[in-house]
Amino acid sequence: MSDVPVEARRARIVPALGRLATYVLVIAVLWGAWEGYKWLWETTGWTWPFLVDDTTMPHIHDILDAFRQPVTTGGPALIHPLLDAAWFTAKEALAGFVLGAVIGFVLAVLLVHSRLLERGLLPWVVGSQTVPILAIAPMVVIGLGSKGVEGWKAVAILAAYLTFFPVAINSLRGLQSADPRAFELMDSYASGRWSVLWRLRVPASLPYLFTALKISATAAVIGAIIGETPASIQDGLGGAIVNFNQYYSLQPTALWATNIVCAALGLVLFGLVALAERLLLHRAPEHVA
Amino acid sequence: MTADAPSVVSIERVVKTFRTGVTALLDIDLEVAPGEFVSLIGPSGCGKSTLLRIIGDLVSPTSGTISVHGKTAHQARLDHDYGIVFQDAVLFDWRTVARNVSLPLELLGWDRARRRRRVAELLELVELTGFESSRPWQLSGGMQQRVSIARALSFDPALLLMDEPFGALDEMTRERLNLELLRIWEKAGSTIVFVTHSIPEAVFLSTRVVVMSARPGRISDVIEIDLPQPRGTATHEDPRFFELVTTVREALAVGHGDRSVRDAAPAVEEL
Repeated sequence: MSDVPVEARRARIVPALGRLATYVLVIAVLWGAWEGYKWLWETTGWTWPFLVDDTTMPHIHDILDAFRQPVTTGGPALIHPLLDAAWFTAKEALAGFVLGAVIGFVLAVLLVHSRLLERGLLPWVVGSQTVPILAIAPMVVIGLGSKGVEGWKAVAILAAYLTFFPVAINSLRGLQSADPRAFELMDSYASGRWSVLWRLRVPASLPYLFTALKISATAAVIGAIIGETPASIQDGLGGAIVNFNQYYSLQPTALWATNIVCAALGLVLFGLVALAERLLLHRAPEHVA
Repeated sequence: MTADAPSVVSIERVVKTFRTGVTALLDIDLEVAPGEFVSLIGPSGCGKSTLLRIIGDLVSPTSGTISVHGKTAHQARLDHDYGIVFQDAVLFDWRTVARNVSLPLELLGWDRARRRRRVAELLELVELTGFESSRPWQLSGGMQQRVSIARALSFDPALLLMDEPFGALDEMTRERLNLELLRIWEKAGSTIVFVTHSIPEAVFLSTRVVVMSARPGRISDVIEIDLPQPRGTATHEDPRFFELVTTVREALAVGHGDRSVRDAAPAVEEL
């Protein structure tokens, strides 16, 4: 009898330890692959597909060490300006993510209620994504800048531009995903459009929405970073990338360290969406994407 | 059931032709009296589900008239006269059992306390007390179907429309739910139109069995089921039960016209 709780606790702890071990193992393997490749190419002198040295592939411990080193003599350790930049970019990405998600979802709700709108508008929605963000960025940033809109807000709009699309397309699918008989059931209660939307379409669409939000979370970070470049915004990760690019031959580890921070930011945003999904969705296990 | 009681459902010369040109239903006439339990039985494609949907105003007939309590089917739907149960429970995954049952009550604007009282009553009726906060996917198929029946009964609809509600369940669960349904029907005093593939199920449950034939869907026979009420497990052993099962089976075979009895058999479930 008394060993039941122990069993239960073990049942929870053992898989958690297993997951942790997997993470450690994956990191160790990647680390080993990087360093092994570097060692092999350097000792054999192979130059295909590219020359390997401390500039093209710095040691991982050097990259990690770069976080502790000041960028300029007497300045703060690199980690501090990078975290500031990450916070700045996170703000742009998050604002853009929320804006894009709202626009995407509202668009999907409009399209699902009107065949005419769906036919007329959907090609433009799809077309919008074939225009490279780099081509739109200067127009948005300069156009809004002339109206006195702050740079980071313009960048947020660019992040929203990348976010709204997956949300709109997936939500549209999700809003149509409920069982046809569920619609008949709602009809038999003589429930109106609004009630069907709120009680059936929207809840049925949530697994689709969250799948889209996970894609969009990383896209919003990319959008923010890319948007900073033509906007000449120096305060974010995009600015840091442009900056460290110029000094790459002198200090390659700084750019690698920046890349790690960019990836971490994307992961954090992704993680927040995944957490929200776990808290909000109580679906059959097979229905959770 | 008295012969001269005003009809709950009155169908006159209803025809349904689909856009593809297929005639699903041809010249359907049917009266359902208050408190009756009417089963529609027939081979696949005889339009029995379509007829049920026409009664429920989920599909409109191509021609003919249909009235429910003297109103149009449309008005009856707006007045919440229908409770519907499908072959699958069609429960909302994102709601608990209790909130699935109270969905129609929410739409009717009942307040929370009243809803909770009613849900407790209904779950007791379908013997699911204690499962209020379970999720639909945690229940077995039979339990899910009971939740769906509770949901259909929640607002006391005058007419219960059931489209092969037990078709997806195993035989044992099906027999148990048949008994439960009869108990509920006796208690609630509602009128039921019930679509089924199963001859014994139709005979066991109904006061009348409407036999339909396919291509085009027509009513080929109506058989009064004069088995004594209330029915129970003993009914299954009543010689009259077997006679009626045979009568319905023969009516189905005749409905198939030139085809032999053996050909008709695969289309309907065996005893």
